Amino acid sequence: MRFSRTSKALGVAAVVAMALTACGGGDSTAKDNGSSGAGNPSKVITAYGGEPQNPLLPANTNEVFGGRVMDLLFSGLESYDASGKPVLEMADSIKTTDSQNYTIKIKSGQKFSDGSPITAKNFVDAWNFGALSTNAQLNSYFFESIEGYDAVSAMSKDGKTAAPTAQTMSGLKVVDDTTFTVKLSQPESDFPLRLGYTAFYPLPEAAIKDPKAYGEKPVGNGPYTLKSWQHNAELDLVPNPSYSGPRKAKNGGVTFKVYTTADAAYQDLLSDNLDVLDGIPASSIKSFQQDLGDRSIVKAYAGNATITIPSYLKAFQGEAGSLRRQAISKSINRDLIIDKIFNKTKKAAKDFTAPVIDGYSDSIPGSDVLTYDAAAAKKLWDQANAITPWDDSTFTIAYNVDGAGNKEYVDAAANQIKNSLGIKAEGKPYATFKELRNVIGKKNLTGAARAGWQGDYPSLYNFLGPLYGTGAGSNDGDYSNPKFDAKLKEGLSAKSAEEGNKAFNEAQEILFKDLPVIPLWYQSQTGGWSNNVANVDFGWNGVPLYNNITGK
Amino acid sequence: MLRFILRRVLQVIPVFFGATLLVYYLVFSMSGSPIDALSGGKPISPAVVAQLTSQYHLDQPFIVQYGIYIKNLFTFNLGTSFSGRPIAAILANAFPVTARLAVFPLAIEAIFGVTFGVIAGLRKGKLFDGTVLIVSLVVIAVPTFVLGFLLQFVVGVKLGWAKPTVSSGAHWLDLTLPAVVLGLVSFAYVLRLTRTSILENMNADYVRTATAKGLSRRRVIVTHILRNSMIPVVTFLGADLGALMGGAIVTEGIFNVPGVGNTLYKAVLAGEGPMVVSIVSVLVLVFVLANLLVDLLYAWLDPRIRYA
Repeated sequence: MRFSRTSKALGVAAVVAMALTACGGGDSTAKDNGSSGAGNPSKVITAYGGEPQNPLLPANTNEVFGGRVMDLLFSGLESYDASGKPVLEMADSIKTTDSQNYTIKIKSGQKFSDGSPITAKNFVDAWNFGALSTNAQLNSYFFESIEGYDAVSAMSKDGKTAAPTAQTMSGLKVVDDTTFTVKLSQPESDFPLRLGYTAFYPLPEAAIKDPKAYGEKPVGNGPYTLKSWQHNAELDLVPNPSYSGPRKAKNGGVTFKVYTTADAAYQDLLSDNLDVLDGIPASSIKSFQQDLGDRSIVKAYAGNATITIPSYLKAFQGEAGSLRRQAISKSINRDLIIDKIFNKTKKAAKDFTAPVIDGYSDSIPGSDVLTYDAAAAKKLWDQANAITPWDDSTFTIAYNVDGAGNKEYVDAAANQIKNSLGIKAEGKPYATFKELRNVIGKKNLTGAARAGWQGDYPSLYNFLGPLYGTGAGSNDGDYSNPKFDAKLKEGLSAKSAEEGNKAFNEAQEILFKDLPVIPLWYQSQTGGWSNNVANVDFGWNGVPLYNNITGK
Repeated sequence: MLRFILRRVLQVIPVFFGATLLVYYLVFSMSGSPIDALSGGKPISPAVVAQLTSQYHLDQPFIVQYGIYIKNLFTFNLGTSFSGRPIAAILANAFPVTARLAVFPLAIEAIFGVTFGVIAGLRKGKLFDGTVLIVSLVVIAVPTFVLGFLLQFVVGVKLGWAKPTVSSGAHWLDLTLPAVVLGLVSFAYVLRLTRTSILENMNADYVRTATAKGLSRRRVIVTHILRNSMIPVVTFLGADLGALMGGAIVTEGIFNVPGVGNTLYKAVLAGEGPMVVSIVSVLVLVFVLANLLVDLLYAWLDPRIRYA
């Protein structure tokens, strides 16, 4: 039961190789992907789910359980294909010459599942609805690049209440039924990459008139439609006959069963009461490959785990601070933790992003600081002490207890730091996620804190800008380096994706020198399926590709 | 009698306000903002934070928030959860499930516990008595979650006699496994209480008198021994009903029962004051009613007890 991540279930990540290296059993990764024919096309798949945290509105769905439903109910301008790249879905073309002004043409004749036509206005209205602060949509920050976002998210003079000065964003203009233009407030080359994200789905007029009622029973344009939602019990999805995009349903529907623990779901999976489970519970992570045999999967997805060392800690500033950060990074034996605690289901980090993303490199200059070397770590620590002595306090790593498995790995990392550097180090538990977020938000950390990021969309920038850009929303450690910001800007205004990625990876070189966070490992999704289904695979974000699953 | 009932019902009022005020305060003083839980560590625009804060009155001092809650309560408006659903609807979903999951084990423990306890008491020192005592000791000693996982794995997964988890409707049949788990521990207590109580009463003067009057053994046992022995058992069952209605968080978690325990747990984690307080208020009512029922049963069981 995690209140955590934004996500969507569109793409496929073509990194089976990554998964194989991360998987102890080697050949226990999905073998029958897309090869074993159509199977039983009328089988209704039962899948692991949870009660969506918010009403089912695209711009208000920012967690996994709502996200996986929304991504089946809706079809955006694009979705992410087998190689993690965006493919056009509703869009006919997305054109720009300067990475700032975009002209988007949508396919004509598209319809919502209730038969009403989809026009450019449905997109523009939906985005304006999502961005307007008085609608209190959690994903509203996704529209911040669009010109006029400042006005719809303006605050009152005392900074206490939302007081928008406009109802719509000036950067969005409907040209005709199938065309609209988007003007960003600055060039951002990866803007088109974002358009497959949940927040950018179109909405019918009824949704904007009565979002409350619509959020209970959304009418979308995706491969499935919502038949019923029994709260806290299950969500029943049936194929949408009018959907003609690339994610056509190959089964008779998907029923998401609401579970409060993955443990209960695992027992159901073992007895064929549940067809697909993503996220094997910690209690079974050591045994699931034996339990399920070739019905199990371990696959890398676009997420990572890090330890944030805030820039406001005195001991970690300046030259001595830089040496200390390197020392801590080198004192953690990532492979040992992955081996002993995660049963080899993760992979040691080589950069600040994730391997399933276009432009990823495992050999960025400076990345050798992530290699375990206790002797070198001790030496670096002593060098730092020669500049300003360590005050002999305890180095703490804060974590939230309600996140399964956090305690085990944080304590292990703290122990390794203690043994390698000869200093006092320990995990610092917080009861709940929100309690830890509160301390981080107020910049009251007295030591390091565990962190993790799951990509909203497959882009290097999404792993860098929101986390390490000066003043960015999720910049927990308050990191700021003008050179890094400049590199990000250079990447964003690049004319091509390759050029942009090059700049982003150069920006990572700066991060390796400053180490605002210590990268630990890349996330992998573990999962399994019942004897009743085939063709199960996970997408780039670790969510099963439900539409491809068939019955046996 | 009527006056007694009325007085007991009126007692609910101060209990209700005391409990809700205390619980609301506890939730209020939990550190961390509920909005942090909502955002899940993702960035969130300050304007949206401001909007949500004022929408849920999170910027108001404690007493104002509590006042708003109570004021809405009198118009039968429990408010909405952070997920945008009416709290009343959430309660209406969770409580029937938990009620079924409370009555079921209560029936198990009452029927089997009393029957076995009577037999064991009447045959003190015999094989049945010894066996039952050992078994009940083992049941009491094993933690509920061990029993839960064990039954789930053996009966649900290995033998396949029942589904390992409760399906969406949470019907009576689905609830068998969790009900057995919940009922087992209390069953052992009821059994032991009944047995001890029977043993005590068997040597009481009025039993000897009844036997001396020439009443049949059956009549002595049923109307004299059993009826008098039930007082401690009824007290226990009454308290147990209240506890079961509060939701068995662990057991509900193991068997994925969408009941009160789960709902409450999630609401506490998310810091949803109105939701937690609404659930607790209903529980307060349930406890008070269960206790009232127990008191009334006393009078029926033991004619010496009179309520003026």
